Amino acid sequence: MILDVNGVRFTYRSAEVLRDVEFSLHPREVLSILGPNGVGKTTLLKCMNAILRPGAGSVLVAGDDILTLSQMEIARRIGYVAQRTETGRLTAFDMILLGRRPHIGWNITDHDLKVVDAAIRRFGLEDLSLRYIDEMSGGELQKVCIARAIVQEPRVLLFDEPTSSLDLKNQLDILRTIRDVVGSHDVSAIMTLHDLNQALRYSDRFIFLRNGTIYAAGGPEVITPDVIGDVYGVPVTVEAWNGHRIIIPL
Amino acid sequence: MPDRYNHANTITSTGKNGMHLTEGALPEDYLAYTGRKVTFIIGGCVLLLLLLIWSISVGAANISPAEVAESLVVHVPDRIAATGMWIAGMFGTEIAASSPIMSPVDTIIWNIRLPQALAGIVAGIGLAIAGVAMQSILRNPLGSPFTLGISNAAAFGAAFSVIILGTGTMHSTGADAVVLENVYATTIVAFLFCLVATAIILAISRIRGASPEVMVLAGVAIGSLFTAGTMFLQYFADDVQLAAVVFWTFGDIGRSDWQELALMGIVVALATVYFYFNRWNYNAIDAGDETAKGLGVNVERIRLWGMLVASCVTAVVISLLGVIGFVGLVCPHMVRRLIGDDHRFLIPGTCVCGAILLVASDTVARIMLAPHILPVAILTAFLGAPVFIYLIIRGRAR
Repeated sequence: MILDVNGVRFTYRSAEVLRDVEFSLHPREVLSILGPNGVGKTTLLKCMNAILRPGAGSVLVAGDDILTLSQMEIARRIGYVAQRTETGRLTAFDMILLGRRPHIGWNITDHDLKVVDAAIRRFGLEDLSLRYIDEMSGGELQKVCIARAIVQEPRVLLFDEPTSSLDLKNQLDILRTIRDVVGSHDVSAIMTLHDLNQALRYSDRFIFLRNGTIYAAGGPEVITPDVIGDVYGVPVTVEAWNGHRIIIPL
Repeated sequence: MPDRYNHANTITSTGKNGMHLTEGALPEDYLAYTGRKVTFIIGGCVLLLLLLIWSISVGAANISPAEVAESLVVHVPDRIAATGMWIAGMFGTEIAASSPIMSPVDTIIWNIRLPQALAGIVAGIGLAIAGVAMQSILRNPLGSPFTLGISNAAAFGAAFSVIILGTGTMHSTGADAVVLENVYATTIVAFLFCLVATAIILAISRIRGASPEVMVLAGVAIGSLFTAGTMFLQYFADDVQLAAVVFWTFGDIGRSDWQELALMGIVVALATVYFYFNRWNYNAIDAGDETAKGLGVNVERIRLWGMLVASCVTAVVISLLGVIGFVGLVCPHMVRRLIGDDHRFLIPGTCVCGAILLVASDTVARIMLAPHILPVAILTAFLGAPVFIYLIIRGRAR
């Protein structure tokens, strides 16, 4: 297991947001955290790299408890792409170079520059590399942010709603990119998503959160009309089409 | 397609920390791009040096730039020796001092104009770097020592010292300048109140979190509190005290002697090293708090320490020279426009810009209404106001 989450609890101002959350992440796997707004998906994601500190329970990355690691040590193991990235007059290259922050001492080395260069080519960002990120489209910026997380050379990547505020083409593009990175490198990914069909298509396993705890977890078989109805309160049917399963709200 | 795009770019697994990226090539175009920024900063340094010589050469007694340059070069070694002896003297070792022969021109340069110009450079760097740090830490383009109420606290401190503690009986010096009798006491009290303002900001940020909104609102509240206090004191002051307070408030870089300059220089140098050391952290914070934390930056700690260091620099500069407005706000924005937000270049660029702006403003202030000498703060305030309005109209211009 690359990531073990054991009995995580998180309380915010005496309200219990998460309780007894327990799951594991396999190597080279994409896991989607699903559930309605406000159920604690983002909170759970942030508990995994200690942006938020769980009140109880533990999160182990490759066997190390994150609460015993410094923020910098965590950043060398876990990459994080926030839902929103503030933009300034930084070039895409500079932004991706920032992903080397956990590895940089007093100054960057040629190795850092070369790694960033490799990532830029890996994601086909050559033409954007010297453009300012505040002049980029949402899809371009999101790719830059993924490249930044990759050059952290982590074992686990966390994506908080990676497709929010993107058009359909870019949504698919980003999800394919994530899928592709996990498929070709030794890294696992966890993402929070709203679109169940996209989750079904681009993830290996699923976690449904309800009332701050895991309601259902598992592979594609866990996605049933009953589970979705219980979690979202919406009646749906799951149909087969061309070898894919499609969720249709009724 | 350039050759560098043909390198292998597979990513393989190694080690506990995570995957390992195979290197690409050194990105020539990116290195050229950062090289241009370095050139800009070096160009600024050259401009500053020329400005320094010009600034020393103009004034009531006209000295040619060549004479200035010569005097600076000739007397630098014996000045260094004198400083060494001064330091040795502090440790109790008396060395017979052979005071070098100084012509009247040298005396004007070394005792009056050079300290003033150097004070401009040091104070300019200090105020500008405090501004750039605060803007980044607060992620707010209006962040500066002045938006946080620190200068108001210093002005209150001066008023308190003059009116309540009676340190500011003033007398006219024959010329049309007025001099505070007990400069040191006034300065120390002003410094203490700067620290009080900083402590209040930090205490609030401890309780409510160090979010940009909290810090700026706290600054506004502290600013108006101390302004109200100053007005209260002034209402009950007599006209001599009132004049003393108002005079202190006009920031003037001609006030400091070599010792005060050394103190200011040490504080500013330490702060500059601190901020430059944290340049990557500020870049990360620019991308958002959560992104920064995901990159391993302890955002709260960086924010707290950055505020503390920036406040200390501001406090030292303001309490020694008086209130000099807008340098801390304007310089970072000018440099951002020219070379972008990357703190690796923004921090040194802002230092150079602050030094240039303050020395140039001071020189202009001295010759504008000659033989009257205008305190530099009045000129910087005039320069700063339009920039401030421009920033408001443009919105969050970052």
